[in-house]
Amino acid sequence: MTALVPTVHSTPFARAARMEWIKLRSLRSTAWALLLTVAGMVAVGVVTMAHTKAPSPAKAAVFDPTNNVLAGVALGQLVVGVLGVLVVTGEYSCGSIRSTLAAVPDRRTMLAAKAAVYGTVTLVVGEAVALVTFFAGRAALADGVPRPGIGDPGVLRAVLLAGAYLSLVGLLGIGIGALTRHTASAIAALVGVTFVLPAVIGGLSGPTVAKFFPTMIAGNSLAVAKPVADMLTPWTGFAVLCLYVAVTLGAGARLLAHRDA
Amino acid sequence: MIEVKGLTKRYGPNTAVDGLRFDVTPGAVTGFLGPNGSGKSTTMRMIMGLDRPDAGHALIAGRPYAGLRRPLCEVGALLEARTFHPGRSARAHLAALAAAADLPAARVDEVLATVGLSDVAGRRAGTYSLGMAQRLGIAAALLGDPGVLLFDEPVNGLDPEGVRWIRDLMRSLAAEGRTVLLSSHLISEMALTADHLVVIGQGRLLADTSVRELTGRGRSLEEAFFALTESASAYQGTAHPTARHENASHIEPGRNPQ
Ligand SMILES: Nc1ncnc2c1ncn2[C@@H]1O[C@H](COP(=O)(O)OP(=O)(O)OP(=O)(O)O)[C@@H](O)[C@H]1O
Ligand SMILES: [Mg+2]
Repeated sequence: MTALVPTVHSTPFARAARMEWIKLRSLRSTAWALLLTVAGMVAVGVVTMAHTKAPSPAKAAVFDPTNNVLAGVALGQLVVGVLGVLVVTGEYSCGSIRSTLAAVPDRRTMLAAKAAVYGTVTLVVGEAVALVTFFAGRAALADGVPRPGIGDPGVLRAVLLAGAYLSLVGLLGIGIGALTRHTASAIAALVGVTFVLPAVIGGLSGPTVAKFFPTMIAGNSLAVAKPVADMLTPWTGFAVLCLYVAVTLGAGARLLAHRDA
Repeated sequence: MIEVKGLTKRYGPNTAVDGLRFDVTPGAVTGFLGPNGSGKSTTMRMIMGLDRPDAGHALIAGRPYAGLRRPLCEVGALLEARTFHPGRSARAHLAALAAAADLPAARVDEVLATVGLSDVAGRRAGTYSLGMAQRLGIAAALLGDPGVLLFDEPVNGLDPEGVRWIRDLMRSLAAEGRTVLLSSHLISEMALTADHLVVIGQGRLLADTSVRELTGRGRSLEEAFFALTESASAYQGTAHPTARHENASHIEPGRNPQ
């Protein structure tokens, strides 16, 4: 009973994070989902750019091919967000949450570890895929269309914020998963706030309210080299998203701490 | 040492566990008996800090589960339902738990060998049979070499060799001075394995006594159990109409059982 002395002295959070890292990479679905994200985003970016035509002189000032090349973020966020949901709800549906909580009884630590590990993985994948998509899409532009350079004003910011957006939606998925603990309802909520509500509200009342929804922020605030009128500025949009993530994760942690496993 | 101090758990209008109070002492196997739905699994989940009691609390080595510094090295538990992801291999499942407890990776292979899963450890656990899944749960319980062990129906699904193996395992864990709480519906198995018994019915304590005392006056453990739980079984079956209360072996020659 005393034979197994700890090999390292580490904090409960560090141990929980190592556990979550092993769990994340030992499921095949993780690799498949991330591969799908990468392939989907690059493909959408290349196809969009191949169909992008040179702007008329009147439109040249607002022509923003960087925004076009990142169109696949709308698809990528769905995969990354759903995988984030499953990081939490998958454990509840199969019962493995009980092993997890036996090992890490503090539920806030458990959720923080999940968020840290998945957030880091999706940030790395998100930034990598955004950069690859940018260069692959740019190469697909027809002759005569002005090519964006990564060093042009706002371009690098747009690419990096689009990559970070994926990670933020992944974290949103974890937070929503912690709130509902059921896969179907969590995915419905995620798709609702990313796709359905902004489309409905945007159709009814224009951008006034719709501009605050994640997909709208991604397409009109983050992935833009040239700011769009009536929309949040890039850094405001980013801050708003971070706030959503913090609130959702905080509320999820609170609920988990009070509920039966 | 496990101390259960007035644990109460309500689900809506139903009280699943009702002011339960008992201690589980080291160096012995304590059997945890009770009819279906009497609250055994719920009590174990509350001891593990998984379910929040409505009243009372449980202590392990004097501390609530959430207060244990490296819980897997102090308590090991096999719970009622499966507690692993079907898409993950047994080895990955145990490796994740080992990381959470700062245990060396070699310990995973040790417990896999102990439960006899070494050859299939790389396979997705969702492909395991009931008995193999049970063995994986036992491996997880033993992983941190804990001094306190909880087993909720561990022989469920095990073959005869597995049943005997569990019996010997429980006995040797107790002989090493550990605290072992074991629930099972197999009374005959319990008679062979347990030293002490905690019997509950409808969430309330019915008996907290040694096996010897309970089976004293020439009674079998089964008879003693039925006598205790007679009025406290929530879900009693009725005899099948054609069976007529008679067990096939009791049918006397010359009588027509129809
Ligand atoms: N999550 C839950 N929600 C509602 N009721 C529950 C829940 N878990 C348990 N119960 C109820 O609590 C009571 C005790 O259940 P429990 O599983 O603890 O019994 P048990 O002694 O383990 O039974 P068994 O021998 O069949 O395993 C039962 O009436 C059960 O229906
Ligand atoms: Mg039970």
